[in-house]
Amino acid sequence: MQRTVSFRLNGKPTSVATDDDRMLLWVLRSDLGLTGTKFGCGEGLCGACTVVVEDRAVRSCATPLKDIAGKQVMTIEGLGGEHLHAIQQAFLDHHAFQCGFCTPGMILNAYALLRRTPHPTREQIVAAMDDNLCRCGAQVRIVTAIQTASNGKAGA
Amino acid sequence: MGATSWTRREFAQITGSGLFVYFHATLARAQEPAQLPTRMAAPSDFNAFLRIGADGRVQCMAGKVELGQGVMTSLSQVLAEDLDVALESIDVVLGDTDLCPYDMGTFGSMTTPLLVPVVRRAAAEARAVLLAMAAERLDVPAERLRVKAGVVSDSTAAARQITYGELVAGKRIERHLANISVKAVEQFQVIGQSPRRKDAIDKVTGKAQYAGDRLPAGLLHARIVRPPAHGAKRQSVDLAAAKAMPGVRIIQDGDLIAVLHERPDLAAEALAKIQCTYDTPALQPDEKSIYEHLLKTAPAPRMIGQKGDLAEGAKLAAEMVEQTYFHGYGAHSPIETHTATAVLENGKMTVWASAQAPFSMKDAVARATGLAPANVRVIARYVGGGFGGKSDAQQAVEAARLAQLSGRPVQVMWTRQEEFFFDNFRPAAVIQIRSGMTADGKLTMWDARLTGSGDREGVPCYAIPHQRTVSAGGWQGGNPPAMHPFGVGAWRAPSVVSNTFGRESHIDAMAAKCGIDPVEFRLRNLSDARLRRTLEAAAKAFGWQSAKAPTRRGVGVACGTYANACNATMVEVAVGRDGRVQVKRVTIALDVGVVLNPDGLRQQTEGAIMMGLGYALSEEVRFQGGKVLTRNFDDYALARFSSLPRMDVVLVENPTTAALGAGEPPIIAMGAALANAIFDATGKRLLELPMTAEKVKAALA
Repeated sequence: MQRTVSFRLNGKPTSVATDDDRMLLWVLRSDLGLTGTKFGCGEGLCGACTVVVEDRAVRSCATPLKDIAGKQVMTIEGLGGEHLHAIQQAFLDHHAFQCGFCTPGMILNAYALLRRTPHPTREQIVAAMDDNLCRCGAQVRIVTAIQTASNGKAGA
Repeated sequence: MGATSWTRREFAQITGSGLFVYFHATLARAQEPAQLPTRMAAPSDFNAFLRIGADGRVQCMAGKVELGQGVMTSLSQVLAEDLDVALESIDVVLGDTDLCPYDMGTFGSMTTPLLVPVVRRAAAEARAVLLAMAAERLDVPAERLRVKAGVVSDSTAAARQITYGELVAGKRIERHLANISVKAVEQFQVIGQSPRRKDAIDKVTGKAQYAGDRLPAGLLHARIVRPPAHGAKRQSVDLAAAKAMPGVRIIQDGDLIAVLHERPDLAAEALAKIQCTYDTPALQPDEKSIYEHLLKTAPAPRMIGQKGDLAEGAKLAAEMVEQTYFHGYGAHSPIETHTATAVLENGKMTVWASAQAPFSMKDAVARATGLAPANVRVIARYVGGGFGGKSDAQQAVEAARLAQLSGRPVQVMWTRQEEFFFDNFRPAAVIQIRSGMTADGKLTMWDARLTGSGDREGVPCYAIPHQRTVSAGGWQGGNPPAMHPFGVGAWRAPSVVSNTFGRESHIDAMAAKCGIDPVEFRLRNLSDARLRRTLEAAAKAFGWQSAKAPTRRGVGVACGTYANACNATMVEVAVGRDGRVQVKRVTIALDVGVVLNPDGLRQQTEGAIMMGLGYALSEEVRFQGGKVLTRNFDDYALARFSSLPRMDVVLVENPTTAALGAGEPPIIAMGAALANAIFDATGKRLLELPMTAEKVKAALA
């Protein structure tokens, strides 16, 4: 349905007038120009498009715009401010990426995990991250980075 | 000819080789890149690779592409080392055909062995020229000068100093010196360290711009009509419903039919409304019948290695082993699909593209658009993974043609299904080996026929007196059209993953047959000292216990060489009754010569382990003839977090071999090591990759 959908995006009130059945990914990337959120598979299978809605990681390629009306949405552009967020810092320190294409989705998925479970076990990290794919094979470092972030100040 | 257009050589002829420096007179000219060669030779002018700004920042230009392998960082390191500047002062410009010197492409683990020495020599020469300039400016003999972080100072009076930035003053250096040597290994301060990656901040903040993140004003997103199968011919097309959608533009030009829309998802919606009928060829073979098909359709085999006399080798053998190994097609599956954003402005086409070979892409775009190559610029700044799959130009040609036809900037971003459909898969392969050995496990003969895999590392790395290897077809093109139902090409360590799987499975089978521990068996037959040492290093780190297989412990070994690098891989697995293979740990020992960046090498090796688990155990391309049935990640299983084994990476120190590429060598032995571990665990040898749970279960039954 064509209408104006309002939500908070990275803390700021945002409105988009469009078909509310459109997927959030394309509204973010194309209508709003926030390209940190990536397209990888289009079917919620890889996690490259992960964003945080009300502290939960969602697949923006499979989330219609109408589902986020009135909600808080955070993309990679909204994480950290002047300084890197603890998770970003840990990804940086451990070089928990290679090509970097899956990285925004990984970081936001980890963010949502730590909001829910501030001190996850390794098994909890693996389970929570398992549906985010990284073809370069940075998984071992991503697990370490999340452990590091959870041991310091995380989820802020 | 005005003074400003003199070439360096012409100027040198005029001025002789006097010790003074000439700068181009105009600033505009001074900021231009050095003349770029259009052919394959690396430019001899160091200005092609580096430029020093008035502020002292150093720009490093190279035609390579950052695919994730860390080239921005490793090139910065070598430049910092030999130019004596701070790593932080370097800005790296990669993959831009207007700004960077020609490069064939980022593949084959060639950056380190081939480009790094060139950049190092360029840096060393520039440093020497700068020192000579400083000696004149400071009026101090050059021997008394020292350089640290781009500051030249008098070693007897440190206050007498001048920076590179001040010396060059934003101009281009026109003086050159010959035969300047690079630093020796023992002088290294930056090479061999593991500094923060240059791309780190961009990547953890989401600021890294990939080809699809370019959104020029007026951009239209294209979705293209695709056939259901390779070889299918379109019979009819009905565009009416798509045309009725608001904001849709349809472009039809020969075979190309595309829907353009301001929003990518709405372009996709319109595309779905287009109805086509096709005449589709017979859908044969499939992933099961492919091997028989390959043996029938392959070209005549070529001899790639021969020594001694096979009949003699067979006579000397107490035991013969004959076996055939199979390797299915493999997809590259980078998470970033092929993408290009093309802008045609004032007769110049600029294409931001996910590309491993921007210069050949530039030529392809020029050919397709009729533009002069000089009017085409390709920029591959950040690329979301390549693995050999982004060396073609199809998506860039599509975007450029559509930009030309529509008069608007156009972005093409393939869907995951298009990515699987147009991927140049690693070719399926059949490796047939017949070999002989003495009773105490010395190889006497080896007769191998490689079909489909390609030649690289096809000749065994073992010392075998009587041997012959022939090869038919490969990944580099030149296959008969009927051989593969779709495109094939280079996949990380092309040829080598398949050939190593066949050879190392076979070696393992021989070791088992004569009852010798598989590591011991290999050592008895290896004469390559570096590979022996690498294998011993792996065995030590892994804690390999000598025993005849199968031991039921589930351990496996494989080794090999690629591009002069040595790899020994050991794994431990548990095999479930359901055929699921759980990989508990992987140890990889590597000798890649001098290590430029140990953490970078570790990253590549960890990544190779994960990708290795995929090609060995789960990644299976399914198809019926030219119809690719694998369409998304739910039917192409990459290794994921829950697949993570314990990983041990052993870097075998070797300061006497020049630095070798390391993106590919770590992956070569995973397939065979896992097959051998499954044999050790179960007594059953799997002969085909991938060893999916279904196939393992069937083998156990």
